[in-house]
Amino acid sequence: MARSAPHDAKPDGDRRAPKRPKLAVWKFSSCDGCQLSLLDCEDELLAVAEAVEIAYFLEATRARIRGPYDVSLVEGSITTPDDIRRIQKIRGQSRLLVTIGACATAGGIQALRNFARIHDFVTAVYPTPHYIETLATSTPIHDYVPVDLELRGCPIDKHQLLELLSALLNGRAPVLPTHAVCVECKMRGVPCVAVAKGAPCLGPVTQAGCGALCPAVGRACYGCFGPQESPNCSALAATLKAGGLERRQIAHAFRSFNAGAEAFRRESEVHD
Amino acid sequence: MTQRTHRGDTAGNDAAVLDRDGLAALIAGLSAAGFSVIGPRIADGAVVLDEITDIADLPAGWRVDQAPGRVETRPADPDAPPHLFDTVLPAQGLKRYLYPPRRRLWQADRDAAGGWHLSDEDAQPPPALAFLGLRPCELAAVAVQDRVFLEGPYADSDYAARRRRAVLIAVNCTRAAATCFCASMGTGPRATAGYDLALTEIPDPDAPRFLAEAGSDRGRALLADLPQRSADPTDRAAADAATAEATRQMDPANGGRAMIGDVADLLRRTLDHPHWDRVAERCLGCTNCTLVCPTCFCATVEDETTLDGATATRWRRWDSCFAVGFSYMHGGSVRREMSARYRQWMTHKLAHWHDQFGVSGCVGCGRCIAWCPVGIDITAEAQAIAASEER
Ligand code: SF4
Ligand code: SF4
Ligand code: SF4
Ligand code: SF4
Repeated sequence: MARSAPHDAKPDGDRRAPKRPKLAVWKFSSCDGCQLSLLDCEDELLAVAEAVEIAYFLEATRARIRGPYDVSLVEGSITTPDDIRRIQKIRGQSRLLVTIGACATAGGIQALRNFARIHDFVTAVYPTPHYIETLATSTPIHDYVPVDLELRGCPIDKHQLLELLSALLNGRAPVLPTHAVCVECKMRGVPCVAVAKGAPCLGPVTQAGCGALCPAVGRACYGCFGPQESPNCSALAATLKAGGLERRQIAHAFRSFNAGAEAFRRESEVHD
Repeated sequence: MTQRTHRGDTAGNDAAVLDRDGLAALIAGLSAAGFSVIGPRIADGAVVLDEITDIADLPAGWRVDQAPGRVETRPADPDAPPHLFDTVLPAQGLKRYLYPPRRRLWQADRDAAGGWHLSDEDAQPPPALAFLGLRPCELAAVAVQDRVFLEGPYADSDYAARRRRAVLIAVNCTRAAATCFCASMGTGPRATAGYDLALTEIPDPDAPRFLAEAGSDRGRALLADLPQRSADPTDRAAADAATAEATRQMDPANGGRAMIGDVADLLRRTLDHPHWDRVAERCLGCTNCTLVCPTCFCATVEDETTLDGATATRWRRWDSCFAVGFSYMHGGSVRREMSARYRQWMTHKLAHWHDQFGVSGCVGCGRCIAWCPVGIDITAEAQAIAASEER
């Protein structure tokens, strides 16, 4: 894997980003929601723009600065042959490549196609299907190129994005815990909705990062941050079943934004 | 301070009888003295500890029932005796007030000359809190955390400051939930120590009242200011009978719950027992049991910086032995298997805590049983290991 050296990287392999590192934001198959999380950093946006040189970010500016880039944020999944060529080129131009969001890290909601036949979709949707050049699957970026860091979520959490940028700028490891959502839920003091209301909460198998957004408003986590570090999906599925969920509902619970994430995919297939 | 109360014996205490006006006066008096009163409230379909400003904030007419993996909060039957405190335990205890989930340890600011200015911990004094309605198991848990945080060479100054200011007003238990097993842990259902005031609710439909006992000078002073009458033998007998009922409910002979005897020795000799793998099949590694446990104290530290690098902050936040990263050392995590993580939790609570702190790390509150999303039951797991040994 050839990686271009940043223009002023320290020779001793210091991973600290240089002064005003060049940041690029790339889009593959996705809804743009994760990119918008960056624009959503309203209070911090000026500080971000001061700290990094935004070299490529079509959602924000038409200006394009040529690579190489110190940091590439990549949104979206790989769904076409052209995507594969493009991500390889981006990897070659990027010192650090960070995937952002469920599409880039797990294939996104469009990975539902992986469980069906692509031909059926293409012929159902397009009047002239032979114009469509697409892959049979929607898959994460890390299936094609090495990825340095992942930000999970559909969409990502802006605090995690700022934490990542701040860590890179200051030469420290970002704080991105991989434990369950339940940790954040208990830190917030939310009474567990699974226990108190019998809600089908996926928090115990889902990675933290959202701040337990859904349980905090009284509803079940639906797993948009993907599997936690050691997900016991079969144990949770058994409890969902005991709580009255049908087979199909259990399959659907694991088959949403992170349908393509290994642990969720396997569990959804068990109940398919 | 002399410790005068003895379990099941309320004779000879600084005891008085309060009616509901007396309780309202207690809340008002604490507020007037500058305390935030923290007590049980209904919120989000459960009972939580939160600020109360009035007796009407208390969960009058509510009832909580618990089972492994299930906590049901509902209005009590209309013909049930008039309880203010029939909601057993809140979802989390006062741990989050004395030992907050996230706390700044220090902050460093860079000045114009490029030097660093360090500010140590939070400068403000901790809030003045008065806890109302603490269960006896909760008081026992505070005593356990006192040993952890206040004794030995590494006392926690923030915990100490919060603890010193806190007023602890207990309510003895007159009904045990199906998850409670304090009787077998020697921590309840009647508080014997560690409180400023202890109340026992006497839900007499004709005269709902509380037997109030002072356990400290601060408690005696609080009590002296309240409208009251002195306790007579009828009041004492009613209070004794009410807490005896909770003890009866926890007796395994009546279908109640208890921790097996000698559990510490049992666990010390069964570290390689196949049962750990069987629990691991069900355990989600979600950390709920540890974070709702009133004695678990584990934390990690996290660093934060501003984008421009001018300010760096170090935080302490709750952590759990169920998180893989908890046992991370150079090269990886030591407890990767779920079985190893569950075993760490259970053996620490029930066995190794004794070696470390001279007391059990479990006070029998049953929160880990009730609030486990899959209903894993620390008393049942202990029984299962014991039973397999006998075979
Ligand atoms: S509500 Fe969901 S995320 Fe929160 S503790 Fe319960 S299972 Fe975990
Ligand atoms: S181990 Fe369970 S029962 Fe024991 S004190 Fe902790 S939460 Fe309560
Ligand atoms: S049981 Fe786990 S989380 Fe609780 S105190 Fe022990 S090691 Fe810490
Ligand atoms: S025992 Fe229950 S609450 Fe504790 S980590 Fe396992 S599943 Fe979660």
